[in-house]
Amino acid sequence: MALELIKGNTAVAEAAMRAGLVSYFGYPITPQTELLEHLSARMPELGRAFVQAESELGAINMVYGAACTGMRTMTSSSSPGVSLMQEGISYISGTELPAVIVDVVRGGPGLGNIAPSQADYTQIVHGGGHGEYHLIVLAPASVQEAVDLTGLAFDLAEKYRMVVCLLLDGFLGQMMEPVELPNFQPLRTTPPAWAVGSPDSKERVVLTSINIDPPKQEQFNVKMMTRWQEVEKNEVRYKGYYLEDAEYVVVGYGTAGRIALTAVRAAREQGHKIGLLRPITLAPFPAKLIDELADRVKGFLVVEMSNGQMLDDVVSITARRVPVEFYGRMGGMVPYPDEIANAITELVNGDHDVNADGRAKWLAKMRETVGTGE
Amino acid sequence: MTEADVKVVYQRPLGLTDRVTHYCPGCTHGVAHRLIAEVLEEMGELKNTIGVAPVGCAVFAYNYFDFDFVEAAHGRAPAMATGIKRTLPHKTIFTYQGDGDLASMGMGEIIAAAARGEQITVIFINNTNYGMTGGQMAPTTLPGQKTSSSPLGRDVETQGYPIRTAELLATLDGAAFVARRSLHDARGIRMAKRAIRTAFEVQKQGLGFSMVELLSICPTNWGLSTTNARKWLAEHMLPYYPVGDFKVSTAVSEMKIGGN
Repeated sequence: MALELIKGNTAVAEAAMRAGLVSYFGYPITPQTELLEHLSARMPELGRAFVQAESELGAINMVYGAACTGMRTMTSSSSPGVSLMQEGISYISGTELPAVIVDVVRGGPGLGNIAPSQADYTQIVHGGGHGEYHLIVLAPASVQEAVDLTGLAFDLAEKYRMVVCLLLDGFLGQMMEPVELPNFQPLRTTPPAWAVGSPDSKERVVLTSINIDPPKQEQFNVKMMTRWQEVEKNEVRYKGYYLEDAEYVVVGYGTAGRIALTAVRAAREQGHKIGLLRPITLAPFPAKLIDELADRVKGFLVVEMSNGQMLDDVVSITARRVPVEFYGRMGGMVPYPDEIANAITELVNGDHDVNADGRAKWLAKMRETVGTGE
Repeated sequence: MTEADVKVVYQRPLGLTDRVTHYCPGCTHGVAHRLIAEVLEEMGELKNTIGVAPVGCAVFAYNYFDFDFVEAAHGRAPAMATGIKRTLPHKTIFTYQGDGDLASMGMGEIIAAAARGEQITVIFINNTNYGMTGGQMAPTTLPGQKTSSSPLGRDVETQGYPIRTAELLATLDGAAFVARRSLHDARGIRMAKRAIRTAFEVQKQGLGFSMVELLSICPTNWGLSTTNARKWLAEHMLPYYPVGDFKVSTAVSEMKIGGN
């Protein structure tokens, strides 16, 4: 199939259609809106359900209803809208339903702005809603990878009956790149036996997240945590670059990981043995690999378009065996490769103090270079 | 007595399970449940129906209705029903919601669903208070009415005025049938059943959004006997919340209902 030049948001929408999307519910918000717009034309064209909801609350609860039928369903939004959806995400998770959410992250907090950011890591990876639950979180670094992970998102959601989040940023949503779209998958036409309205269920089906009896709720949570262990065992995905002989490793995902690769390659050309780990699944996180690397490298540099939300996970895994430095841009700012190259140089030439607070060092520099605006 | 003398005149409808409900003695939730079950049975829709339960006293409604059910977040039942209906358009989908759920938390969802002409049926229980949490003020609490969160009586200067939900939704073009009935006496119950039948027929015939508001009693939180609660409803609620059909679209007025 020929490559087509498509915008990230549109490509994900079309990939979802081809993955057998039966229903879509969403609300316009920049920088995600093209996804909704594309489906507003394409879904009715193919006789599938599309509703522009009254709010993100409405959209996620429509997804909740549609997910109760076990037919492929999805919503998409950007950070403030995803904050609103957290209620529904908790309920959908608490009802063991498959659903896909696309979050095209923008600068915050609050209304923030519409520029690319990775500041939703904590609310998506570590759960923005109430109660104990996990999302599977997929973080592509190109439009093609976003297309490929869209199909995977639906497969994983159904395999584990969990919510899967495709975590993009404004860059990936808005950028045009040549992509190869997948073929159309057959559409499910009737609900599976566990779902409501199924012709195959033997008894009536009740789907709820309520467990009014605390021992039963605890049992449910044990069951879901056990399922998450299975996910951690089976579904970790990442891309490693030059890790074999690396003395230092940069860790970055999505757009930040892609920019970091340019800086890593430049450092390699200068003879520094730098590797890059780009997690593709932020949850489950490639913890085992980072743990192994911490035993054989001299240090890490975490690069994010946030204040260091993934940094906390890397620090936790490496447990002060080696220094973990940090470089981030916030509020919709995107780092240039030379900024990351400078951070790599500082890591290599640094004092290698394992107890130093990488974020505090970074923030002190940010106060000098960027300032506080006061 | 011979066999020929025995005639069953009253039994549990097929749409309800044998489970004893958790509703307080005298509460009209049981009446409303029964009417829905009877109507769906008479329409032959029991195997084709999916209900959406609310948060509130009816949170366990799915234990009592004997067909597929889902449980919504507080106020979001119309959105959840929309998701199901758009996916399975040939199923009969209804929400069962109280006044805190529908008229406070979920006002956005219900108005949007009605405005879209969503092909769902909404059964709305108005008993002027939050029953499940112990009788707090609801959007439907009457002026001057004492509740556990308006102990001096609802002061409209600071707490505003009650919402007449049926009248409000009737202004929306997408709403095909919007009615209010009262469950405080036998005549009201008979009228309520006919309205519920009409509402489900509207959905079955694809004519648009339908809602029946049912004035209900809450003896426990009102602190009244069942008899006095029914009297209180008639004396205080009916003047503020008149029964009637607030929206009957042209298509609904021409609709033919088969069977009963």
